[in-house]
Amino acid sequence: MSILVNENTTFIVQGITGREAVNLTRECLDYGKGAKVVGGVTPGRLGREVHGVPVFDTVAQAVAHHGGPIDGSVVTVPPAFTKDAVFEAIENGIKLIVIVTERIPRRDVAEMVELATLRGARIIGPNCLGLIVPDVIKMGGIGGPAKDAAKAYSPGTVGVISRSGGMTTEMSSTLTAAGLGQSTAVSIGGDAIIGSTYAELMPMFEADEQTEAIVIYTEPGGRMEAELAKWVTENNSRLPIVAFMAGRFMDEMPGMSFGHAGTIVEGKEDTATEKIARLAEAGIVVAEEISEIPELVKQAIAKRKG
Amino acid sequence: MRFYEYEAREIVKRAGIPVTDYGFTRDAAEAKEIAARIGGPTVIKSQVLSGGRMKAGGVQFADTPDEAQAHAVDVLKLEINGQMPRGVLVDPKADIAQEFYVGVVWDGTAKQPVIIFSPVGGIDIEQVAEEQPDKVGRRHFSNILPFSDYIAKEVIASTGVTGSDLNKLVPIVSKLAKLFVEKDMTLAEINPLGKLKDGSFVALDAHMDMENEARGRHKALLADLGVGDEETREAREATAFEIAGEAVDAMDHRGVAGNVTEFDGNLGLVIGAGGGSLTLFDAVRAHGGDPANYCEIGGNPSVNKACGLAKLVLQKPGVDKIAVMMSIVSNTRVDIVARGVIKACLELGMDPSEKIAIFRIPGAWEEEGFLILDKYGVEYADRSVSMHEAARRAVEKIGAAA
Repeated sequence: MSILVNENTTFIVQGITGREAVNLTRECLDYGKGAKVVGGVTPGRLGREVHGVPVFDTVAQAVAHHGGPIDGSVVTVPPAFTKDAVFEAIENGIKLIVIVTERIPRRDVAEMVELATLRGARIIGPNCLGLIVPDVIKMGGIGGPAKDAAKAYSPGTVGVISRSGGMTTEMSSTLTAAGLGQSTAVSIGGDAIIGSTYAELMPMFEADEQTEAIVIYTEPGGRMEAELAKWVTENNSRLPIVAFMAGRFMDEMPGMSFGHAGTIVEGKEDTATEKIARLAEAGIVVAEEISEIPELVKQAIAKRKG
Repeated sequence: MRFYEYEAREIVKRAGIPVTDYGFTRDAAEAKEIAARIGGPTVIKSQVLSGGRMKAGGVQFADTPDEAQAHAVDVLKLEINGQMPRGVLVDPKADIAQEFYVGVVWDGTAKQPVIIFSPVGGIDIEQVAEEQPDKVGRRHFSNILPFSDYIAKEVIASTGVTGSDLNKLVPIVSKLAKLFVEKDMTLAEINPLGKLKDGSFVALDAHMDMENEARGRHKALLADLGVGDEETREAREATAFEIAGEAVDAMDHRGVAGNVTEFDGNLGLVIGAGGGSLTLFDAVRAHGGDPANYCEIGGNPSVNKACGLAKLVLQKPGVDKIAVMMSIVSNTRVDIVARGVIKACLELGMDPSEKIAIFRIPGAWEEEGFLILDKYGVEYADRSVSMHEAARRAVEKIGAAA
């Protein structure tokens, strides 16, 4: 199967009339079995259409037009308006929210995540490209235009979780080239506070019968990898994990941030060296290069099946 | 964005937290006047963003205003960890009975702010946590519910503090927690928070860090403090090369071709995107290469921006060749980046096949991009060549050239 989304998932795009959102909508409609994009929201643009998708002023109008609950939303509005858009989605019953927007202050993200938790909704991102179930559905800009996404992603048994949107595709493409498909690939976002961390997605992959192994892309900064190591140790996970750590050079440059907002090394625990040690202690294999990942995954799966 | 101590104290004061009757100045003669106004012994503190002031001699004690002036002269001249002081803070030497610690930071795992409180202050809180863990209290609080004083009371009481100390500390800790949220801080810390001999409490030093992304929401405060928009307050000041990189990125609003950081190697890098740049920089170094810079391209920059960035890197003294590499792109067009970097070489009178050690950007519009690269004889690679392998080839070429 897959996690979070499947071919029946319905979603809207908030900020749908923006240039990137228009492209993203086209890509999602074209990819796999064709995403069910049931509406878009841009205040003041009621009555327009984007690639045949009706545009509304409010999420409530989109829900009314659809005639029932809508599963998800892709939010691509400017940073100053994102919190309001996400609150609107949550309060209108939407349970899966992908936030593409970058540069949102942490306070806003924390408020959105706490409200989502209260309402039983899940946030992916911010500062992410969304998620993809190969050949079935993509929700967000992940993998780009349908023909490009089809080149990089293929269906299979590996779950992919990545703090970098671009590297989600690079790693999946490497797996695909080696004959290893993906069950679901999730770009979780590069910020210091995000809606769904590795450890929070693991139970879903654990419950997904199709998934046999996990590949993660990690970076310096934050405690997310330590949280994953702890989860793996405490839950006796059936899934082997192969990790790739980028930004090792940052260990020599405390207080500076590279690549993503969340990468800043503020304490010893944030460094690549420390994180690699923490992951290894929990039995997570850390690859030196992306190209080693497929072989390490194959070995890990064979070992578990032993 | 980090604040100087004199700014952090002003922020604390505005939040209604008691501070000492200090003064800030850039002038030693004025330091004497402030010391005279204060009366009695004073402390002269260097205003730098770096830690380790005490060790470096940036904190001096004076008994008289004349002595305060003499110390200010010295401290204003003293460079600390590569930084000249912004000025000095002249502080009354307080009559302290006990030093406490209070700080508020984000917990990215709990996704909530956390208050950290200790009756053992004046030293590094991580050291206290290690040596006397029962003396450090932690308490998360909601992002959505209004802050309520009992939260402060709980964290203070959890460290064994009671009596009138507890009741006097609650409003201070509450105000700091509210300030942290309202002003979009990533760190709000008072250390030490002094209990004076008369039983009152006063902030003796403060550290504040505001989230860069939120600066736009606090224009009035920043203007009051005299913090200019151009002050980035990064861990180290931007070099001329890095400032030129920002100018390239500002050429137009299409995509990103910037985030340049200067290094001193001979291999220029035109790399992207966020995670791809981190991976590629590591890969170059893992193969023994010596990068001249870090940078990020992505989000489909214009030909002009890609060209501007490549020119900047190609002209950097000591750069022999550039490597143009990215992870697989989906919204950046390969052909546009290819055009940009070739244009840069040609405009500088350089041979693209000579100067571009490798071009490894697979993805959208790659066929068109590869055609252009073929025409100029530039070595390129598609996704069948890994990022590390591309980096290895670039390092090998530059090794052969040196």
